[in-house]
Amino acid sequence: MSNEAIIQVEHGAGQEIHELHEGHHHHQSFITKYVFSQDHKMIAKQFLITGMIWAIIGGLMSVLFRIQLGYPDASFPILEDIFGHWAKGGKIQPEFYYALITMHGTILVFFVLTAGLSGTFANLLIPLQIGARDMASPMLNMLSYWFFFSASMVLFSSLFVQTGPAAGGWTVYPPLSALGDASQGSKIGMDLWLVALALFVISTLLGGLNYVSTILNMRTKGMSMTRMPLTIWAILFTAILGILSFPVLFSGFILLLFDRHLGTSFYLSDIVIGGKVLPNEGGSAILYQHLFWFLGHPEVYIIILPTMGLVSEVMSVNARKPIFGYMAMVGSLFAITVLAFLVWAHHMFVTGLNPFLGSFFVLLTLLIAVPSAIKVFNWLTTLWRGNIQFTTAMLFAIGFVSMFISGGLTGIFLGNSTLDMHLHDTYFVIAHFHIVMGISAFLGMFAGIYHWFPKMFGRYLNSTLGNLHFWITLVCAYIIFWPMHYEGFAGMPRRYYDYSSWESFKDFVELNKVISFAAILSFAAQLMFVFNFFYSIFYGRKVTTMNPWHSSTLEWTTPINPGHGNWPGEIPEVHRWPYDYGKDGKDFIAQTTPVDESESKH
Amino acid sequence: MTTSGYLIIVILGLLFLVIFQIAKASEYVSVLKGEKKAMEQNNRINGFLMVVFLVVGLAAAWWCNELLYKKTLLAFPAASEHGQKIDTMLWITLGITGFVFVVTQILLFWFAYRYQASEKRTAYYYPHNNNLEVLWTAVPAIALTVLVGFGLYYWFKITGEPPKDAMEVEVTGHQFAWEYRYPGKDGVLGRINYKLIDAAKNNPLGQDWNDAANQDDLHPSELHLVVNKPVRLVIRSQDVIHDVGLPHFRMKMDAVPGIPTTMWFTPKYTTQEMKEITKNPNFVYEIACDQLCGNGHFGMRGVIVVESQADYDKWIATQKSQYATANPNLLPAANPGTAVAPGADNKPLANQVQESAGKPVAQSLSSHK
Repeated sequence: MSNEAIIQVEHGAGQEIHELHEGHHHHQSFITKYVFSQDHKMIAKQFLITGMIWAIIGGLMSVLFRIQLGYPDASFPILEDIFGHWAKGGKIQPEFYYALITMHGTILVFFVLTAGLSGTFANLLIPLQIGARDMASPMLNMLSYWFFFSASMVLFSSLFVQTGPAAGGWTVYPPLSALGDASQGSKIGMDLWLVALALFVISTLLGGLNYVSTILNMRTKGMSMTRMPLTIWAILFTAILGILSFPVLFSGFILLLFDRHLGTSFYLSDIVIGGKVLPNEGGSAILYQHLFWFLGHPEVYIIILPTMGLVSEVMSVNARKPIFGYMAMVGSLFAITVLAFLVWAHHMFVTGLNPFLGSFFVLLTLLIAVPSAIKVFNWLTTLWRGNIQFTTAMLFAIGFVSMFISGGLTGIFLGNSTLDMHLHDTYFVIAHFHIVMGISAFLGMFAGIYHWFPKMFGRYLNSTLGNLHFWITLVCAYIIFWPMHYEGFAGMPRRYYDYSSWESFKDFVELNKVISFAAILSFAAQLMFVFNFFYSIFYGRKVTTMNPWHSSTLEWTTPINPGHGNWPGEIPEVHRWPYDYGKDGKDFIAQTTPVDESESKH
Repeated sequence: MTTSGYLIIVILGLLFLVIFQIAKASEYVSVLKGEKKAMEQNNRINGFLMVVFLVVGLAAAWWCNELLYKKTLLAFPAASEHGQKIDTMLWITLGITGFVFVVTQILLFWFAYRYQASEKRTAYYYPHNNNLEVLWTAVPAIALTVLVGFGLYYWFKITGEPPKDAMEVEVTGHQFAWEYRYPGKDGVLGRINYKLIDAAKNNPLGQDWNDAANQDDLHPSELHLVVNKPVRLVIRSQDVIHDVGLPHFRMKMDAVPGIPTTMWFTPKYTTQEMKEITKNPNFVYEIACDQLCGNGHFGMRGVIVVESQADYDKWIATQKSQYATANPNLLPAANPGTAVAPGADNKPLANQVQESAGKPVAQSLSSHK
């Protein structure tokens, strides 16, 4: 490719070491190009595709347990053909049900919406948008993916052990998760779960350190911090959150492993299980919850912040208008990041936590609603008097805002300890977090995928399928989760296999059928997207211009199919912020355009 | 199933094929028509759908409320004083968030429709406005201060000290059932040591028989409470974390092994009154385990009977102390003069032992009754 030829010329001119290195490899082997690649763009694709495979598995699991919830009395012999004794008589068994919900949560939260999301867009966008040839350490970056891959393998293998995978909920609270006698899922499956997650934490740390150092040190000339696109700000804060909180989770997991195998009593005390009196005394099961939620809560921001960045960028480009309140957007990201560390115990209001301590967590939790509200109002104002192009990415960005409002507002209920006492661990919680960090994050991620697919693969995704994908997903998401608020108001507990024996909760049989049907339909729509994705990689409409969305950011100044090193010549210099859309009657002004004397100031 | 199953799969496959072909074709058409034209059409369609989604969505939310509201607990008064405070808080929050929800969703989809791309319009360059930003920092902050204020006011009321006259009952969870213990005449729950838990020795709660306060503690199979009388629950777990969830009282508290927790509330209506209020003759107050505790989690159900003081007195008088059941021989000799199970408990002890041998005590007691 001409790109490489130019890099070779540059090599003569004495450019950076790794470019020079790259230049020598005219014909990269399949292994170095596609498998053990150190090119950030390839690593991004690896994260994305691995994440998609996990999303299909995790989504399929939700279809299975929705079958149980929607049709608790029906029997589906095909399930027994596939899953054997886990679905005896064509009915999903309780131990299978609990394994499914646990793995669904683990997979979606960690493997899809953390690794699949941050891994993809941090890797793809950081070097491209700040003007760098690659990450600060391409080697660590590669390792980050391969640790993620090995975590994936370990977790995947746990699906096939005889006693099944972990089944104590994705939060794996001890003592349930610590005692093999308490549940089948707490046997070897739980060990594999812990090992997988430990590997996962390593992957996240390697990635995160790399993201932060790249953003801080490798910006191109003129790219001051306040000229960075909001995507990069969001990724920076996400990485900082991960670096500071994942190690705490890691320690929690290690202590749990000790309790499981070395006879320690960090989390165990006064337990009689299966008629056997255990010797452990003095431990605190609540300690684990503190360690877990010290990551667990920042984790939801680790999931949602990158999508806020993606949506801000996509929305500004397609409204042909600058993002409203850039500094307020950065400030609110920062505020969310700081507050994210100070709210973890709002998951623990009913654990016997000191009510006085709890009151601080109420205050700090509801405080987070302020920066969140600022962001929503700024997005709304960005749309106001715009000239909105409904690209598929833009549709998803608008859907994101709708979902984020719906799910964010219900957080105000649950963050208030008085209401949490009533709503804790009911379907209201399921509705809240699925909308605000599940659906929203997915919609934001789809916005990112549709928007940057041309940069990744040099082709477009089919937009008719994209439109269908968006509308089916948005409608189904509301059908699935909106009525769940009512189930929550009825006090219906989550994580129940069957409600028929309860006088208080058995009134929602018909509703559960509707929800299950919508869940299956929306899963089918996601499969359609997956098909669109892989088909378009090979046969999609080709991108013919460098800047298909008329965007001002740096990634669109690279060739349509950039090689390793991104820019064939020198890295462009930046002269302005990334959101000059519609300024002085011009459709957009690229960041690389020098500021003209006659330009108006803002 | 299998044939119809395959049929469904084939139909779905065909459906998808049709959708895909249409999608492919429309892409070719858009290339032929020119990208600009195609985008204009796409904008019109999606802009229209935005407003359709808004209108249909709000209508559907209304309809959903019509269908489901009566099935929620909000359709009836909360059954405890705390619960009524919580419901008030819920309505305040619903009011504020509901207003914000409707306004922001309307703005979002209306703007999307109103400002869809058009040749005639150019986007308005509007990068920031400090006044606006201060406004929508301040207004949410004030609204949230109100919510925090109300919330904490109720929170401290609810989690504060129970009234002096509150009765005390211990609720213990284990996979997958609840056990109840009443302090008996002396009003004190005896000491517990988990190492003494032994169902075979009729000591399912691990009561320490050396503590005299244990001798009159009762261990019935149901939880009975007195209407309008505050009750303080001491909550324990013997194995994993459970949670005493009381939807009708709007209360919830984890049961944590090794760390007893408490909560108190005052029931407002007897079970009988609730049957009339809810117009459900089968109404019962249920204890739902609200913390995933293993395979049987969904069946970990307890029943609470709320009744008048008179009915309660009658019921409690029929209960026997666990001490009497567990120590039929020791009872008279070892503890002369101490509070022996009173009244109705003075049935031949040998009789009880035979009945309860090998069976959980709670069951044997109720069958005896």
